Amino acid sequence: MAKRIEVKDLDIYYDKFLAVQGVSMTIQPRSVTALIGPSGCGKSTFLRTLNRMHELVPNARVDGKIFMDDDDLYGPGVDPVNVRRQIGMVFQRPNPFPTMSIYDNVAAGLKLNNKRMRRSEMDDVVERALRSANLWEEVKDRLGKPGSGLSGGQQQRLCIARAIAVQPDVLLMDEPCSALDPISTQAIEDLMLELKEKYTIVIVTHNMQQAARVSDMTGFFNLQGVGKPGELVEIDETTKIFSTPSKKATEDYISGRFG
Amino acid sequence: MPPSTDRPQAQKVPLRPGDRIFSGASTGAGVLILVVLAGVAAFLIVEAWPSLTAPAEDIPGGKGVAVYVWPLLFGTLISAIFALLIASPLAVAIALFITYYSPRRIAQALGYLIDLLAAVPSIIYGLWGFTVLAPLTVEPANWLSENLGFIPLFAGPPSATGRTMLVAIIVLAVMILPIITAVVREAFRQTPRLHEEASLALGATRWEMIRMAALPFGRSSIVGASMLGLGRALGETMAVAIVLSVSGGVTFNLISSANPSTIAANIALQFPESSGVAVNTLIASGLVLFAITLAVNMAARAVINRRKEFSGAN
Repeated sequence: MAKRIEVKDLDIYYDKFLAVQGVSMTIQPRSVTALIGPSGCGKSTFLRTLNRMHELVPNARVDGKIFMDDDDLYGPGVDPVNVRRQIGMVFQRPNPFPTMSIYDNVAAGLKLNNKRMRRSEMDDVVERALRSANLWEEVKDRLGKPGSGLSGGQQQRLCIARAIAVQPDVLLMDEPCSALDPISTQAIEDLMLELKEKYTIVIVTHNMQQAARVSDMTGFFNLQGVGKPGELVEIDETTKIFSTPSKKATEDYISGRFG
Repeated sequence: MPPSTDRPQAQKVPLRPGDRIFSGASTGAGVLILVVLAGVAAFLIVEAWPSLTAPAEDIPGGKGVAVYVWPLLFGTLISAIFALLIASPLAVAIALFITYYSPRRIAQALGYLIDLLAAVPSIIYGLWGFTVLAPLTVEPANWLSENLGFIPLFAGPPSATGRTMLVAIIVLAVMILPIITAVVREAFRQTPRLHEEASLALGATRWEMIRMAALPFGRSSIVGASMLGLGRALGETMAVAIVLSVSGGVTFNLISSANPSTIAANIALQFPESSGVAVNTLIASGLVLFAITLAVNMAARAVINRRKEFSGAN
């Protein structure tokens, strides 16, 4: 678990439109990497190429290479389904399955693969995932109740539990706190700091304080201009990005001069 | 200043003529439907009444209304229910194919074709069943009775003409396929993208995604659509009247030449030659059909409405 991701010269297209251009970066294992930048600069789009969710949009495609340790994620014959089983994802809006109980939501990923698992074994995995997501104490007495009955913050932690129950190598988070109140946000941020002991975490956020609080590395994305593709301006240690960034655009952005 | 809890009385808004006309027209339309429905029910009850009070030997068949209507009711139910059993899984499969599997251009063409099926008049289906489908089923029916004859449905002896309950069921299934497909497809199209992505991001294959996100979301729509289809199949007249070779009797045997008729087909066939209490008896059977169809449709509405609870992406 916790693998390194290496991105090389990645161009991302929607049909003929070049959305993001020339991204190269290395994402270290057991760390949190934050991606910041103004709206529409392609950071979410880039995140979704890491687990091959991007290509679900008709005619969307990429050029370039992404390696997870030594595996080429876009190599010939690589099944995107297998990529997604190794790289978990948490979305902007909490999306537990509304017709499933809390227990079944966490177990949903385990039941894929057509894997057969003994009930007691499954119970253990579900409990461990919910404990890791700091949700166990709040839901242990109502595992059979629907997941949609939880609060927004609890639902998001349920989604994190669902993602980590299958023991992925990498966890992607697409603005996981933007629909949550400050208390729930703090719970998720604390959780990220715990989870990075075991996982590689990549988070997209609009909240620069959040990036500064939780991440080890920060990448700044920007648009070259209206109608032009987004690009990775720079990526460096978070403390350096927020104190002495090497590019003018980064400094302008984090000091609030635009965006 | 804190917002006061008792708001000032809403001012009387002067009614504009346009509003008044429109609200009157729409209220009138709504009331009209109720009036028509009540009128139909009243007509059926009043006209059926003489047959309910007449002595049993005056009823066609000579054994009373219940004995007369029961085989028809049985035929109606068995044809409609089996048609539903064939049509609804097929409709769900077609809707899934159109929504999730087919290339976009084929999906659109297929959608139009399915809708077109609904536009074919029922008499055409009847003629098709009578002239094309019935002869085609003779051979398979022989095979069924020889090899699967131990199942009561295929006990035989198989009909030589093919004008059997089985053919009526298949024709009905084709006729109710479009409405079920259309409703189910609409439901699948509204499956929240959030839930689809949630399952795909977990590493679900397309089929697993359908099972985790689309089917649970569409379940009540599938039930509701099936019941709408059932309602249509119950009331279908011409196709059944043309296809089915009737000899009365209550039997689960689908491939023999001894078939119960259905209420609607029986009325169509018998009405021109009936008079007196016989007409009242036919109307009594119509009353039974009306009650069943109404119940099925109301149940369908109730099931579809329940879906509102988890509408969209909550």
